[in-house]
Amino acid sequence: MRIPIETFTLPNGLRITLSEDHTAPIVAVNLWYHVGSANEREGRTGFAHLFEHMLFQGSENVGSNEHFELIQRAGGTLNGSTWLDRTNYYETVPSHQFSLALWLEADRMGRLLPAMTQQKLDTQRDVVKNERRWSVDNQPYGTWWERLPALAFPTTHPFHHSLIGSMEDLTAASLDDVRQFFATYYTPDNAVLTIAGDFDPAEAKSLVDRYFGPIPRGRGKPPLPDLSLPERFDNPPREIVPDDVRVPRVYIAFRSPPFGSDLYYPASVAAAVLGLKKGSRLHRSLVRDQQLASEANAFTFDLAKGSDLLIADVTARPGVSAETIERAVVAEIDRFMTEGPSAAEGERAIAIIETEFVAKLQSAGDRADTLSMFATYLGDPSRINTHVDRFHAISTSDVARFARERLGSAYRATLVYVPRSPEDAEVEAADLVGANT
Amino acid sequence: MTAAPPRPSAAAPRPYRFPHFERRTLSNGVRLVIAPVTKLPVVSMIAVIDAGAALDPAGSEGLALLTARMLVEGSAGLAERAERLGTELDVDADWDTALLNLTVLSSRVDEALKLVGEILTRPSFPDREIQRLKGERLAEILQLRAEPRGLADEMVERFVYARDARYSHPEGGSEASVASLNRDDVLAFYGARYAPDRVTLIVSGDVTPGDVETMAEAALGGWSAKGGAPKAAVPDKVARQTRAVHVVRKADAPQSELRVAQVGVPRSHPDYFAITIMNAVLGGLFSSRINLNLREKHGYTYGAHSGFDWRRAAGPFSISSAVQSDVTDKALAEVFREIDRIRTEPVSDDERSLATSYLDGVFPIKYETASQIATALANLVIYDYPADFYDQYRANVRAVTAGEILDAAKRHLDPSRMQVVVVGEPDAVAGPLERLGVGPVATYDDNGRPL
Repeated sequence: MRIPIETFTLPNGLRITLSEDHTAPIVAVNLWYHVGSANEREGRTGFAHLFEHMLFQGSENVGSNEHFELIQRAGGTLNGSTWLDRTNYYETVPSHQFSLALWLEADRMGRLLPAMTQQKLDTQRDVVKNERRWSVDNQPYGTWWERLPALAFPTTHPFHHSLIGSMEDLTAASLDDVRQFFATYYTPDNAVLTIAGDFDPAEAKSLVDRYFGPIPRGRGKPPLPDLSLPERFDNPPREIVPDDVRVPRVYIAFRSPPFGSDLYYPASVAAAVLGLKKGSRLHRSLVRDQQLASEANAFTFDLAKGSDLLIADVTARPGVSAETIERAVVAEIDRFMTEGPSAAEGERAIAIIETEFVAKLQSAGDRADTLSMFATYLGDPSRINTHVDRFHAISTSDVARFARERLGSAYRATLVYVPRSPEDAEVEAADLVGANT
Repeated sequence: MTAAPPRPSAAAPRPYRFPHFERRTLSNGVRLVIAPVTKLPVVSMIAVIDAGAALDPAGSEGLALLTARMLVEGSAGLAERAERLGTELDVDADWDTALLNLTVLSSRVDEALKLVGEILTRPSFPDREIQRLKGERLAEILQLRAEPRGLADEMVERFVYARDARYSHPEGGSEASVASLNRDDVLAFYGARYAPDRVTLIVSGDVTPGDVETMAEAALGGWSAKGGAPKAAVPDKVARQTRAVHVVRKADAPQSELRVAQVGVPRSHPDYFAITIMNAVLGGLFSSRINLNLREKHGYTYGAHSGFDWRRAAGPFSISSAVQSDVTDKALAEVFREIDRIRTEPVSDDERSLATSYLDGVFPIKYETASQIATALANLVIYDYPADFYDQYRANVRAVTAGEILDAAKRHLDPSRMQVVVVGEPDAVAGPLERLGVGPVATYDDNGRPL
């Protein structure tokens, strides 16, 4: 498999990747802005994401909600998302509607502010507060998204604070914040654009030049502080959270090598050996053999700056205490540190990673997003073609060394959810266990 | 900055056809549907088995799902062997059928097919693993009590269907029914429902039909089991005829999970296309009425949508949203206003064409991957569509008129018998809902027991 790639850069700094594929009349347009919650100023947690919502509220030549309507009327799909260190916007459209998607992205990159109003900001603030209630506050274990990074990154670190933001900070966000954030971060030199699918490259270049060429370069963004961190904790942090849940869940997070770095690959395989799918160590031991857990996973966040997180999460079976499940998870991690992976375990992990990566690239939208990711994080979209090779190039001893050196008790941040009213949970749990035996 | 370039107009559409597929039959009656698609070296397979949850015997709800999951979980090391091929064997039962799903690199199709053969024809059902999977399902049921979205969906089915209808009980079974299942039940269900003439294997991606047929014959052709007679199930009996509000307690919830629901129609209904377009205007798209109203106009919610859950028999129609607790009554009033509007006024040409041009235009985007194509072909099998269903789909969508949309809304949405489910804090929502006067309000605990 080889994904074709052509790259060029406009004088205003916008970097473009083209990737042709004519198997279906579909084109994906994908923009990554190199800004995320890490760039928020104090007192404005959640602003990068609130701002993402504002980008669907129209621009100089596009009415509010018209972006959605135009793309859907064209037979396309679209959305956007915000992460700690980037924000993306994307459309997949029938090929003959390709110029519309590009034009819409250019209008909001170049001319967003004339469409911004206080009323739109107030409505989207309410929508985002409801998104917070929906995904965090009213969801069992839903606060892990903010508690775990808060535990694993120090208070002053840009990855420490909540991505969705606090209600107070969302309330405080103003139109002036919108103007400043736009001027600082939504500039062509802070973005990458990827076009993947069934298009003519000469036409694409001419449209990109015409639509994005006149947008002026930014004045530069404030640099992030040094994001690198010691791998080891001085005092390994732990937090116990009583929540409206029926069974305990344990999260253990490790500071791990940034996405795309040489050490990322053994770290990623280590996570997969531990907790990717049913053949993984945590699943086989805790779910299948000991029957202490109902679910067990491990994965990396894939953060590309300073420090990534490798996370294991395990949900207890009813009737199994938080102490028991935590002890069992720790024992598995300790055993993995001592034994390292077998050749078969390494093979299994890499085979799944490869199939998932290749299968994902079948879709034009995912292909464009992956190219944008490599372009944004590593400055090189062609890494898409060597990513799988890098996994094949590492050995089980690389993974064993990573496990030995980086997964010890001094490297663990531990977050434990326990049922808020233990009496209720125990009664129900006893019923269920009784029914089972 | 220079003036903005003008808004572009669309070029001429480029031709597209749903991928060509072929049907074959193995010597023992297993049917094959094969769609060769050359793009990346990837292949997806789905085995469709006529062994869905609608066939669960009364009192043994959850048996179809337990049996399906045992196919892989019963044999030690099977999941690991599949994963060493880079694939995950995912076997589940939905209402209509059991489904085995996998995606693998094309270099490993032969080995993957051998595993599929092993799973379907020589499963192992040790009691220890049956007890384990029962325990995992009971854990899932317990956790759902604290998960408001899943709980609301479960309560919808419980309140719109009669208690003796299979659809009123969870797909995976309830606490009591799952607890009662044993190894003999699983063996009997497997014996009656898993047989060559009840299986269709779909393979799509980087393969040739001839190769697939040869490999499948080797993997499955020797299977000679005979299944029992299919049961004539009536899983969709309607529960009640008048509107009522059911508040399911989730103490201190900051949002209410709101559902407005009724029994919908079977997938084979002749109004399928008119209903689909009607639903797209009402709540099926981001730009549809309910979402623009509740989210973009009022900011009550992060999102609101409506949908028909298509099944062989009549699945539920449901409008869903999570709204801030203190506007639960206002949001519900807006939902009923939208239902009334779509039943009384013809939709505008703009709204109709938004829905039809979206569903027409997005068609190729729905079938980009081998897995999406296999899923589409599985639906062809499950719902017994004609072979040209996907070739005719776009023309059928475009042909729907405003008059047909109005008729579909009048015929298939009946607000006078819709059931309202609210998972939330009763102290905050019950009073305002009473005053709204849409129907009697009753309060329940998270197991659906009246309080």
